[in-house]
Order: sequence, then structure tokens, then C-alpha cells
Amino acid sequence: MGVLALIVINKAGGLIYNRTFGDGLNQLNTNDYLVLAGTFHGVHAITARLDPRKGLTNAQFQQQQAAANGGVAIPSRPEPSSGLEVLESENFRLQCFNTLTGTKFLLFTDTMQANVDVAMRKVYDLYSDYVMKNPFYQLEMPIRCESFDRKLNSYIREVNNSR
Amino acid sequence: MSNLQPAKGSSKDQPGLRYPTSGKTIYHRPLNRTKAAELSGSSFAYLFSEMVGYASKKIESIQDLEKRLNVQGHPIGLKLLDLLLYREPTRSQTRPLNIITLLHFIKINVWQHLFGRAADGLEKSSDPSKPDEYMIIDNEPLVNRYISVPKDMSQLNCAAYVAGIIEGVCDGSAFPARVTAHSVGKQEEGEMWPGRTVFLVKFAPEVMEREGYLGKS
Repeated sequence: MGVLALIVINKAGGLIYNRTFGDGLNQLNTNDYLVLAGTFHGVHAITARLDPRKGLTNAQFQQQQAAANGGVAIPSRPEPSSGLEVLESENFRLQCFNTLTGTKFLLFTDTMQANVDVAMRKVYDLYSDYVMKNPFYQLEMPIRCESFDRKLNSYIREVNNSR
Repeated sequence: MSNLQPAKGSSKDQPGLRYPTSGKTIYHRPLNRTKAAELSGSSFAYLFSEMVGYASKKIESIQDLEKRLNVQGHPIGLKLLDLLLYREPTRSQTRPLNIITLLHFIKINVWQHLFGRAADGLEKSSDPSKPDEYMIIDNEPLVNRYISVPKDMSQLNCAAYVAGIIEGVCDGSAFPARVTAHSVGKQEEGEMWPGRTVFLVKFAPEVMEREGYLGKS
């Protein structure tokens, strides 16, 4: 088994999608999934602020940018700390991808799975195509799109069978 | 064309239509230049998504929504007929004169222009009591590529917009018809074409009558 499960969390910490791939996997009940999503959202917010290095203040960053661009300051903010990206245990590996708008994709894979970044990228592609371009999808609400399910299933099956 | 250009300087404070600074509007471009041009699929998907959203405001039924999409497509069909015939070689610039040529024109030329490929099938209704019905089949309509219809609206097919375009082409060539889009794809796992759509073209009685006279002579 390669990719085991996918969870999508919206920017408010609500669960909007969860799916397991393959048979014989542990299933949580719906309530536990919601708690898991909310907890992860909180933990992610904490880890994003745990950076022990002294971060630049906004003013310092502006100055640095201005120096790099030859004296012209383009207004921008320092890149925020990414927060938790990978969580590894003996039996599985959790990869988290946080989009610019704050939607989080959690991909559960086994520890030997290679190229999780590529799979994550593809899942994000499928999400932006088959969910965001669907006129019947309401933002931040649970994802119920047949074509997304279908494409996701066939892609994950392809990944899991190629090993 | 000089009357198209507004007085310089006054355009800024005037609401309404604005012109590019070069004064060249879309009407100055030759019609054949964009013959092989392509548009971004993503931007079309977002635009169409908003069109469906707009059409589904304050609707009473699914038929209402399909009707509105149909109405949005209709003027495109009328104009497309003229444009595509204009681009044909001079000797074949005639309008389709019977049903078969018309449907063939839609299946090949219109589809090629809109979607970059011909439609997947053209059939006559097998029911002998309905000689006025024809079917154009598309295995995966471009407009439906990213659309998943919710379960409570299962009869809806957003390709009603394309049906409107077909209707416009038929009406424009004096073959008044009603065109509707129907999903016939099976939703089972592993189905090759889950979005398969049939465009049912039902010609008006006077068209069938005329076709009958043409066939005799």
C-alpha cells in the first residue's frame, strides 16, 4: 500500500473531505474525523509560531527587499513560517500541504512511499480543477463532487499499483 | 470608422463603452485572423461556472435553469453560422439546404470550431413515430468537464448551453428546432464515458413538410 488516506481541512479548521484508499484500514467515525481536523488545525497554527530563529520584523524585511532591488521597495510581507509539514511514525507518514489560502491537504502514506510531493501536487491540481471550477461547489463547504472522487480514485490507484 | 472613436479626453469622465487608446476595436480585426486561435480552458471553465451560477439564481425548476442556459447559447449559434460560412472556401459558402447537410455541418464545422474536434456521433431517432428527431452525441462535452451535478439536480445537464448554440445554428439556417441535452452516461465505476451527452434535435413540423417536398423532386 502506498497512499493510505487523504484529508482536506478548510481555512477555519473544518473537515471538508476525507477518504481512505484500500481495504482493511482503520476507520474513525465522523465525529472523530472532525475532531482530528480541528486538532490538527490548532497544532499546525502552533508549529507555525515555534520558529526559534529571530524573525525579521516587517520594517527590516522591507529594508532588505529595497536593498536587493536597488533601492526600490516593493511592498510585500516576509514569507510566513510554514508550520508542520511532515509527521512520521513507525507505521505511516503524514504529509501536510498548506495552500496560500489556508486550505490544508493531509496525505497519509506508508513510510516507504517515494515522491509524496508529486502526488500532493497532483491532488492539489485535481482539487483546483474538479472542485474549484465546479459551479455547484460552495467555498469552505464539504466537497461532494463525483468527478473529483472519480479522478482522485483513478490517480491514487495508479500510484499504488506502480510500486 | 471614425465615428466609432469618441472625442479624445472626454472618455475618462464618461461612463459607458471605453475604447483602447490605439482606437482599434475588435471590429477592426480581420475575421480570419483568429481562425486557428485557442483560448485558455481554465478561464473558460471559470467563466462558464459563473454563467451557470448566474443562471441558477431564483429558478423554480431544473427546466428553468436549462432554459436560461439555452437562451445564453442561442445568439452564439446565430452568429457562429455566419462566421463559419464566411470562412468556408468561396464555392462552398452556401447555407445547408437539407437536414442532413445541416446536421453534418454542426457535427463537423461547428464542433471543430468550438471544441477542436468533431462530435462523436450523429444518429436518426430509431423510433418510426418520431422522424423529426435527430441525435448528436458527445462523449465528453467540454463545458461539463469540471462539473459535478449534485444528486438533487440529477436531471440537469449544463450542456444545455451547447444545445442553445445548436438551436441558434438551426434557427439561423431556417430550420427551426428545439434542442435539448440529456445525460446518458452510466455512473458505474470504470465507465469509459460517464459524461456522455446526447443533444436531441427536434425539428418543427414545417421543416419536415418542406423536407418531404424536397425529397420528391
